[in-house]
Amino acid sequence: MGDITLVEETFKRISSHKGILGIVVINADGIPIRTTLENNLTVQYAALASRLTAKARSAVKQLNKGDREDELATLRIRSKKHEIIINPAFEKGHEYQLIVVQNPSSE
Amino acid sequence: MPGVVQKAFARKKPQIVKETAVLKPANGATYTPTAPAAVLPLSPNPRAKVPVSADEVPQQQAFKEVVRPDVQLALSERDLGEEIVKTLTATNPSAPKNVVHFNMRDRVFKLDPMVDQLAQHYSTDGYLLHHHSEEAKRQLDQAKAAEEAAARYQTELERVQQRREEGVGTASVGTDSEPPDDSRTLRNQFNFSDRAAQTAIQPPRDRGTATEPPPTASTTGSCSMWQIYDAYLEDQERQAAAEEQSSRPRGGGRKGAAAGAPAASAADDAARRGGGAGPMSSAAMSRVARVLERMANQNTFADVGMDFKYWEDAADGVRDAEGTLLPLWRFTAERGRYKALTALCWSSDYLDLFAAGYGSYGFLKQCSGLVACFSLKNPSYPEFSCTTDSGVLCLDLHAQHPNLLAVGCYDGSVHVFDIRQKGGRPLYSATAQTGKHTDPVWQVRWAAAEGQRGLQFFSVSTDGRFTLWTLAKNELIHQNILELHSDPGLAAVDADGWEDTSSPGALAGGCCFDFNQGQDHLFVVGTEEGRIHECSTAHNSGYLQTYLGHHMSVYSVRWNRLHPRFFLSCGADWTVRLWDSRRSQPVLVFDLGSPVGDVAWSPHAATTFAAATEEGKVHVFDISQNSIEALCEQRVVTQGRLTKIAFNPQHPILLVGDDRGCVTCVKLSPNLRRVSQSDGKQTAKEMEVAKLEKVIEVALKGMKEAN
Repeated sequence: MGDITLVEETFKRISSHKGILGIVVINADGIPIRTTLENNLTVQYAALASRLTAKARSAVKQLNKGDREDELATLRIRSKKHEIIINPAFEKGHEYQLIVVQNPSSE
Repeated sequence: MPGVVQKAFARKKPQIVKETAVLKPANGATYTPTAPAAVLPLSPNPRAKVPVSADEVPQQQAFKEVVRPDVQLALSERDLGEEIVKTLTATNPSAPKNVVHFNMRDRVFKLDPMVDQLAQHYSTDGYLLHHHSEEAKRQLDQAKAAEEAAARYQTELERVQQRREEGVGTASVGTDSEPPDDSRTLRNQFNFSDRAAQTAIQPPRDRGTATEPPPTASTTGSCSMWQIYDAYLEDQERQAAAEEQSSRPRGGGRKGAAAGAPAASAADDAARRGGGAGPMSSAAMSRVARVLERMANQNTFADVGMDFKYWEDAADGVRDAEGTLLPLWRFTAERGRYKALTALCWSSDYLDLFAAGYGSYGFLKQCSGLVACFSLKNPSYPEFSCTTDSGVLCLDLHAQHPNLLAVGCYDGSVHVFDIRQKGGRPLYSATAQTGKHTDPVWQVRWAAAEGQRGLQFFSVSTDGRFTLWTLAKNELIHQNILELHSDPGLAAVDADGWEDTSSPGALAGGCCFDFNQGQDHLFVVGTEEGRIHECSTAHNSGYLQTYLGHHMSVYSVRWNRLHPRFFLSCGADWTVRLWDSRRSQPVLVFDLGSPVGDVAWSPHAATTFAAATEEGKVHVFDISQNSIEALCEQRVVTQGRLTKIAFNPQHPILLVGDDRGCVTCVKLSPNLRRVSQSDGKQTAKEMEVAKLEKVIEVALKGMKEAN
């Protein structure tokens, strides 16, 4: 429990890193629990990302001949201007997704 | 005789036959033309020949006249013989072929495949009814009822008549002499006419509206084998947990386990109820957040990463004995910003991890120290950082246990950290009681082999002690291996004619040391006065050999990684000297123009080394290519003095630290990292060793000739 400060520190560092537009943490129900973006954008990202993650996770599970141990680790979407990185975690009781939006080429 | 006129042609082309019909009179008489019927003029048909046959058909025989209009299509025989199928269908040609309706439920336009083909050409209502139909029955009943009413009326009338006749005798007259009521509406059968009128028929028009579609919300989900399987497993687990709970009040002895189960479930519930707090603080979350930070950094430094991996200086193919250094990353620690970087060490297991120590060289400006471990994957923040009370001067990562970090500080204490723990407290610390040095510790080095009681490391300090520390269970045990005496018996005059002025019996201050790769017990120590001593841990009392050469303190001594006999030293007297351990004079001396902070051998080539000077320049030498001057002399930092330099054990990169607290990573160009390839007869290492020996031979020969 004591490393919540560590996590908070890491979040602060990531959000102040060069080019990062925002960071959103959503829980298992797709509700954002922590965000640095404005409200509308956050809700949009939360809804879209959770559906995408579900689909990606389904794909990963079905591929590799239905390997039960395999799990989606990270999803990285690179568009011309942005990069969206989604890191989900699927343990029982600790389901959440970390979404970071970055502009990699910003100065 | 049918009056058919026929003209025979030579080409028997079937053509239209125009029959001149002959009306047969009703009485059966036939009419025979006395003369041939009018022969219509034929269209000019160039291909037709009008034969004149001798056996002209007699008049009685039938003539067939063939007429071709101008516009008729000329078909070939085959085309004419083609059978054209005509079918009769029951479809209504004026009915639409397809009808499309908008289906509100499905929200699409739907095609109606069945279209009503019924066409009513004429309809009219007749007056005939079937005698079994309802209307007919009703009418018959009506007629019957009318007849009965009429019959009743007749009887009534007769009765009244009778009564009148009988009643003539009586006096009653008039009151009931009204004729019975004949309540039948009479229809005048002469001029009764049913009149009807029809209003103008409004042409029917179809009008439709579409309503607002009902509000819909779409949801998606997926169902696959693994989801079903997971759901079943979950259900099983839940059932098992429920069974355990239900069996709890029964088993008294199972209280312990049962206490565990509800506690676990309570914790689970708490975690779930905790909602936001729960997932945020798990260990998995912190790991994921760190990975995310690295990914963000990878994006920011994407081009640097690519350069690190793939960029080679193309110009090196053209120039022969020259190379360049490409700056890659710069690492700064927040808390180390105003401190000098005093120590650098790569991890031998994790090739992207290195440890950096921050402190201060100034005697008066002492500050707290900082130890930070960086990874190349995250240049913006250290993986591990920890402050110490006094400035860090040296550190070393253990080769076999990559989490152990030995640190030596300005106040003479040594610490051992575990870089996996984020606590910030060292595992072991040396205090005044446990024998810490009385002067700054300038170098620490882990011993390669583990001692009997635990891991060991050596340290040297300017108080003249060379100490072995052992990591016992919870303390550091020290053992003085050697005391660095400045031996007065040794020549009072060294190579350049300077007298040895240090007082006899005093301890010389050690500044650096290095253990030989091949022989574990052998090491060289550089001192503050400029002397280098070769010693052995097995031989405690004196030096095996002393090398005189440097005039000022020796900042660094390094054995060659591949050849066991040669070592480099660098010092404040601006020189880098290459020594053969059997000779007390340096084999090669390089003057670099400013105090040299550190020197390091390349891990792969026996003839390549790099030196970092206080001008901010890095000199890279390859003595097999050029034994006089550097292949590359490049300024790496714009301001500041370079203090430490370190080669990566595998990648062609170099770390350089400066006194502004900044670590710069540069990549060596191909010319600077030429390694001999094994040619089958010798391994690469042997070839390198041979190469170095050859160079030294040449150098020695040169020296002999000079002398």
